[in-house]
Amino acid sequence: MRMSKLVRTGADLLYPFALIFGLYIILHGHLTPGGGFQGGAVVATGAAIVIVAWAYEDVAGMIRKVTMKAQESAGLLLFIGTAALALGLGYAFFTNVLANSGSLFGLSVPFGPNPGELNTAGVIPIMNIAVGIEVWGGLTVILLYLLSGLKKEEGS
Amino acid sequence: MIEMLVHLLVIAGLIASALLVYWFRDLLAATLSAGIFSFLISLEFYILQAPDVAISQAAIGAGLTTAIFIVAIRATNRYEGGGS
Repeated sequence: MRMSKLVRTGADLLYPFALIFGLYIILHGHLTPGGGFQGGAVVATGAAIVIVAWAYEDVAGMIRKVTMKAQESAGLLLFIGTAALALGLGYAFFTNVLANSGSLFGLSVPFGPNPGELNTAGVIPIMNIAVGIEVWGGLTVILLYLLSGLKKEEGS
Repeated sequence: MIEMLVHLLVIAGLIASALLVYWFRDLLAATLSAGIFSFLISLEFYILQAPDVAISQAAIGAGLTTAIFIVAIRATNRYEGGGS
């Protein structure tokens, strides 16, 4: 059971824009309002639009439960791994070892009024990315399970 | 002055959409009205200078909750009172 052609075309058109806007919020989490959770929720909303507009059989090939569950676990592992990285290097848990180091996300924050340098803040953007993909997978898998239960009920 | 006017407009819209949720017998229309309520309250958060909360409210309240309600309505009756 799917919705009308108008709704389906609108969902297909909106999906990439919601995806890119959510990823923008995740990546700029340390500069602008929003962060991992908000960006992940926006991306999951984009997936929810497609899931609601199409039937489960149509969506199942594109947005898969296994991928989303793996994504959720990968986000959690990346978060705790980044926190444990500082422990391995001899600092306290959750220490920002990458800040001002010159490597990944390691530049110093420029002085004075500026538009914001993306390549700063150390492990904070990495943790934003981890939370972002975790929320994306978690919220999408909830909707997928809801819709798959619906299909089973109609079949019986 | 103009800020007060925008506040009054948003709050009037909030009250109207909340009353419409109670009023509608068509559950799909009631769900969309609840989505409009969520969108307006996220606008109010933005006017009160909390853009972080506004993004969360717009994504969770107006997007995901509405989607979950629509999936639930698909599994049951569209109109209140059953029968159909």
